[in-house]
Amino acid sequence: MDVVTQMQRQLIQYTSSLFQEFNQLQQLQDESNPEFVVEVVTLFFEDAERLLNELSKSLQVEQESIDFRKVDAQVHQLKGSSSSIGAQRVQRVCIAFRNFCEQQNVEGCLKSLQEIKQEYSLVKTKLETLFKMEKQLFAARGSISR
Amino acid sequence: MGMSAAAQFHVLAVDDSLIDRMLIERLLKTSSFHVTTVDSAIKALQYLGMVEDKLKSYETPEIHQDAEVNVNLIITDYCMPEMTGHDLLRKIKESNSLKDIPVVIMSSENVPSRINRCLEDGAEEFFLKPVQQSDVNKLKPHLLKSRSKEEEETQPSNNNKRKTRIKCTI
Repeated sequence: MDVVTQMQRQLIQYTSSLFQEFNQLQQLQDESNPEFVVEVVTLFFEDAERLLNELSKSLQVEQESIDFRKVDAQVHQLKGSSSSIGAQRVQRVCIAFRNFCEQQNVEGCLKSLQEIKQEYSLVKTKLETLFKMEKQLFAARGSISR
Repeated sequence: MGMSAAAQFHVLAVDDSLIDRMLIERLLKTSSFHVTTVDSAIKALQYLGMVEDKLKSYETPEIHQDAEVNVNLIITDYCMPEMTGHDLLRKIKESNSLKDIPVVIMSSENVPSRINRCLEDGAEEFFLKPVQQSDVNKLKPHLLKSRSKEEEETQPSNNNKRKTRIKCTI
């Protein structure tokens, strides 16, 4: 029981440290649907990675042939999904990115893309850690006979 | 069979983002709504029974007896490719059989002129994304209002001429 209490405490602490990311998801966390948040976030990871790949490709072409409207549309998508799950830092860089698209500023776009990749990587690590902790807690609870 | 007060409200949610569809469905189900989601405005119109005629305008649906579709509220994203949520709103309000269905618009962008235009064109509410449970909680009054209006207008003969019964063609 002690181990479980300890894990619970660690989980609560970690969750509060993720206040920004987790706050949005918290309202969706539901005992009747414990898998829901994991499902949505996993979908977000897949979606974000796909978009980041496409953005890299779109910006890798010759500068004159960059399709800024396409790039902007892709960033808009990423901005939407990151906002929906509460990844606010990713969302903020997306906003800056879109401004660069509007200005057709290639350097700005490339810089934003780098930043987004970093922010995304951060949020992914945090959420994956959170899910791992939750899983371990559930497992520990389950293995203790009441 | 009388009109059950506890009958679930049916909400049609329209959004081209899969993640947003999952989220809005979750929020709506938490509020005990029955939910159908589609990924485009055109699919929404098809679901509501509107068919495109040769002139590319949408006609009111034929009424069939089987597989009735009864939608009590439509919640739609604003920014969608091909047809926006605003276009969808206008098509619904132009349709005799659908214009009384309350429509709510969602958008990730806070553009006052956009919000005002939607409200002026008949949207009941405009929610900024990410949509919260507290936003969804605002929907019930609109639905209860529509339902009691319907009940007033419907005669006991229960022919339900005013109720929209539409065949689901999807």
